[in-house]
Amino acid sequence: MKKSKINGNNLLLLITIALFVVMYVAGCVIYADKGFTRLQTFMNILINNAGLICVTCGMTCVMLTGGIDISVGSLIAMDCMIMAVGIETWGWSSPVLMLFILVIGVVFGLVQGFCIAYLDIQPFIVTMAGMFFARGMTAVICKEQVSIVSDKIFNWLSGFKIELPFGGYVNKKGVMQLPYLRITVIVALIVVILIFLMLRYTRFGRSLYAVGGNQQSATLMGLDVKKTKLKAYMLSSFLTSIGGICYCLNTMSGTTTQATGLEMDAISSAVIGGTLLTGGVGNVIGSLFGVLINGTISTLVKSNGKLVSSWANIVTAILLCFFILLQSVFAKIKEKK
Amino acid sequence: MSTFKKLTQKRLFLPIFSMILVMLINVVYDIACGNAPLSFFMITIKNGVLYGRLIDVLNRGSEIAILAIGMTLVVSASAGTDISVGSVMSLYAGVCCMLLAGYGEVNVSTYAHPLLVGIGVGLLVTCICGLFNGFLVAYLNIQPMVATLILWSAGRAIGLLLCNSQIVYVRVPSFQVIGSYVGFMPTPIIVAAVCIAVASLVLRFTALGTYIQSVGINKRASRIAGFNSAKIILLCYVICGLCAGLAGMVATSRIYSADTNNIGLNMELDAILAVALGGNSLGGGKFNLAGSIIGAYTIQAITTTLYALGVSSAQAPVFKAIVVILIVVIQAEPAKDFFKKLTSKKAAKGVTQA
Amino acid sequence: MTGFSPSFYGIRTHSYKMKGGVVLEGNVVLKMQGICMTFPGVKALENAGLTLKKGEIRALMGENGAGKSTLIKCLTGVNKFEAGEIYLDGCNGPVVNKDTMDAQKKGISTVYQEVNLCPNLSVAENLYIGREPLTKMGTVNRKVMVKQAAALMKELELDVDVTRNLEDYSLALQQMIAIARAVDMDSKVLILDEPTSSLDDREVEKLFTMMRNLKAKGVGIIFVTHFLEQVYAVCDGITVLRNGHLVGEYDIEDLPRVKLVAAMMGKDFDDLASIKKEGGGDKRKEPMVIEAKGLSHAGTIKPFDLDIHKGEVIGLTGLLGSGRSELARAIYGADRAQTGTLKVKGQEVKIKNPIDAMKLGMGLLPDDRKAEGIIADLSIRENIILAVQAKMGIMKKIPMAKQCEIADKYIDLLQIKCASRETLIKQLSGGNQQKVILARWLATNPDFLILDEPTRGIDIGTKTEIQKLVLKLADEGKSLIFISSEIEEMLRTCNRMAVLRDGQKVGEIEEHDMNQMNVMKAIAGGEH
Repeated sequence: MKKSKINGNNLLLLITIALFVVMYVAGCVIYADKGFTRLQTFMNILINNAGLICVTCGMTCVMLTGGIDISVGSLIAMDCMIMAVGIETWGWSSPVLMLFILVIGVVFGLVQGFCIAYLDIQPFIVTMAGMFFARGMTAVICKEQVSIVSDKIFNWLSGFKIELPFGGYVNKKGVMQLPYLRITVIVALIVVILIFLMLRYTRFGRSLYAVGGNQQSATLMGLDVKKTKLKAYMLSSFLTSIGGICYCLNTMSGTTTQATGLEMDAISSAVIGGTLLTGGVGNVIGSLFGVLINGTISTLVKSNGKLVSSWANIVTAILLCFFILLQSVFAKIKEKK
Repeated sequence: MSTFKKLTQKRLFLPIFSMILVMLINVVYDIACGNAPLSFFMITIKNGVLYGRLIDVLNRGSEIAILAIGMTLVVSASAGTDISVGSVMSLYAGVCCMLLAGYGEVNVSTYAHPLLVGIGVGLLVTCICGLFNGFLVAYLNIQPMVATLILWSAGRAIGLLLCNSQIVYVRVPSFQVIGSYVGFMPTPIIVAAVCIAVASLVLRFTALGTYIQSVGINKRASRIAGFNSAKIILLCYVICGLCAGLAGMVATSRIYSADTNNIGLNMELDAILAVALGGNSLGGGKFNLAGSIIGAYTIQAITTTLYALGVSSAQAPVFKAIVVILIVVIQAEPAKDFFKKLTSKKAAKGVTQA
Repeated sequence: MTGFSPSFYGIRTHSYKMKGGVVLEGNVVLKMQGICMTFPGVKALENAGLTLKKGEIRALMGENGAGKSTLIKCLTGVNKFEAGEIYLDGCNGPVVNKDTMDAQKKGISTVYQEVNLCPNLSVAENLYIGREPLTKMGTVNRKVMVKQAAALMKELELDVDVTRNLEDYSLALQQMIAIARAVDMDSKVLILDEPTSSLDDREVEKLFTMMRNLKAKGVGIIFVTHFLEQVYAVCDGITVLRNGHLVGEYDIEDLPRVKLVAAMMGKDFDDLASIKKEGGGDKRKEPMVIEAKGLSHAGTIKPFDLDIHKGEVIGLTGLLGSGRSELARAIYGADRAQTGTLKVKGQEVKIKNPIDAMKLGMGLLPDDRKAEGIIADLSIRENIILAVQAKMGIMKKIPMAKQCEIADKYIDLLQIKCASRETLIKQLSGGNQQKVILARWLATNPDFLILDEPTRGIDIGTKTEIQKLVLKLADEGKSLIFISSEIEEMLRTCNRMAVLRDGQKVGEIEEHDMNQMNVMKAIAGGEH
């Protein structure tokens, strides 16, 4: 496959990546004095968004089928709360709880997927109900904020730093500070790679594209559309649960208002990454960069110091607008052909 | 049996049925608590204003009902939802209170600008928001949800910026009127009633309904038949923006402040839910405004009932979710087929046994 | 039941007696009989059937609503039938397919009228999705897949880069790829459901070559089509359905055209004779209605001139994609004309949108009924009054009583078969839907009407009705543009014909020169 095919979709991905690079370099130039150039800044973007990366991968898979899953933010809140209450009140050990959360994720996805695929209910409504349910359950489990302190394994996982042997800098005291990663980042990157391979090289992955491309055709070509959709929603909730654990490792607490609006972050990241809501077009690599762009924006706003955090939202919205316009221009060009 | 079947096939059956169900739960609860069985419907006058749970539902449900009008049209014409309405409500609050209080002020008891300027400019801004959404959807063919995602994210943020990231209080009686009472009547009910009346009159006496449905079902065919599809869709989004502004007006006056972080939060979900509960397909096409309105008040009735049952506001969504799922599952075609088979099997069994 | 062999039933059916010859047991690959199926309220199939031999191309014919598609769908498992049996070579006992996948596994592949592939996947993937070659790890082996796909394309002489997305290719090529997919499934039975409606003559010929090759390999092909010429060009046998019943199964030589039409219509059919009055006369003395000069739309139609007079029927002819629809659309404003001037009744006008054209008394019946004609979820009444309402504007709603009056008038006038005027248009057959769209335009009382393929996919009875209507309208002093792929039909209705080739108007044919030969020559161009 030596031939390079630059069609509209690949070009969008390239633009996404280019935009990320430009934004990051601009940040490095403008905020060089605030340590933006340090490798750790980039690592922090990854660390802060590890959970979101997992969630966006799942969201991308669902969006590929032409669906949507807006329950993810609430599901993360529920996961975190189960984790926190499980450790602090029920006294379960964290590995068991993690497994438990993953199982809950799969079951949650199974129910949602069943309603969408087999009962033919609009995904938006079903996952909205899922969103209400998970958010409410969070409060049912515990109304107050619960911090995780008493589980050794979990604390160790949360505090574990993977130091990189390069890219360090010498701080004011003259000590070499090596950049580090958290376990969550490794998990998130593994998820991205696995999903990338799955989408490209497995029958299930290709069926996701086929279902999103033309559902009727997919049925007539003999694919089990319903099963594919069901699996997509299960996958999304499963990945959200992994994301939830990552999220919990970052925050080390559970509250009822955690991760509100995260579903929209995931959707906008996927869209910026070139995934179409109509389905059939998209790629997790794009989604990864979508998340990174979102993360860079908020880091830039934070680095400025003077700007209110709502500027991050506004800039994201402007970027989203830009990408949407770009996509529509490409669609127009394609039509003319 | 046949009349029952006919009844269930009526378009308004589902919304009315769910409304009645919610009311029944209230009656059962009241009986269980030893209250008068119909205390849900009892309307009394306390402190010179109407009082009662039903009034509360009507009052609190005003915002959802107003939003549902715009949302119904948008869903019908563009087969998509406008998820920015909650954010736009908050933007209205920001614009209006910023104008009335003056930028940077947090707590005022006199207007910086006349009240009508505040409301007028606020509504104008929300209409422009609708115009923006509509332009993206109608002229650039962007999926409604993605197009409105932009303002979903930016609307609230801009509102916050306008209020300098603070809660701005406007403690002027004339500002609070819209959110409180006119005489003994809660003003939000009047506002909602006027909006509903205007909407239904417009639909009754102009061809707007036909235009919207026809565009929603088949955009290209409508164009060939002489409709300007893009303009119709644009119009729907502008109306939706206006509705969001009106709902924002009620919500802002209710708390006489611009709490931009919380005004209209998740309101878009309630509005969409109202449309779906009203028996309208989110896939566009035919719509039924009455259904959406009933759906809107049903949602509020559910919430009010849950509070009456002592469920905390944080936990209420669980029950809301269960109700939503039950209602949509009953509505789903495959589920209907399943029940049909079940009943016919039972009938067959009955025959063989006999 | 299981004890009966397919041949047992085979001897009993009348079709075998009609053929006279003895059919070898093993030669029959598919046998459907006594199939019954009801849609809610409608008996769609009653005692329908079909027998297919190995290496046979069998046309499945019938008017619209005769049950062709329904029968096919019963076979492929899309519809569930209530009674009857299907026997398939190599399968024991009656076969009931649960879904298309099931049918495919048993060797029944289908290619539909609309291309049913995924435009966002590569050609290779479209060919192999659901049955991709796998590596040892259980993942899709893309290399092998691409190699196989390329080989298959080469074998079928299609010039396609299999790694590119399907959407990069023309509709005709996509259709061929869909057939290639079906062919490669090792199918015993290949069903082609109106595959030629989007192909031009050359492509059809290519398709026929492909079909003959398959036939030589022993594949049984069921060919559903509306074009009689194509049936006689490629088929060995014909099965005719009418109103859900099996009329009979015939060898091709036993059933000449007239008899075929009679079998389909259920009566001796004489309407095919000329309906046009001789010497309709030159209408060019009449006042000019439409006068187009240098009109064009980038990419679809090059600048053209066209005059249309009062009471005149102009035929636009040319191959598919020659610009005949596009010419009409440029006049109507469906695709906005970018250059040139247009005069309507002597006055120069600017048309930006269809509504502008409508206000000048025009109407367009588009060729793609489903996409641009009907508003599927609205009732017949609403569909009929749509254009009138659009002309009145959004503020002036037509009163309900008036709406009913208009609707009833045209339901009666055009003999639209429906339960009531409130029936949803999507529940009507294609022909009746077309009549509703016609009614929509007639209700606006247009001076100038463009009919783009008004008879496509419509049964012969309705076809003639529409043709007669065209002549009647012209008699009433209305001007028409009539576009059709059937030259015969145009000869019967038009006063004058404009010929298009490759997006350009290349000439006009006067009435006295109009005959099949001349028109064909004009369409084909001078190079031959």
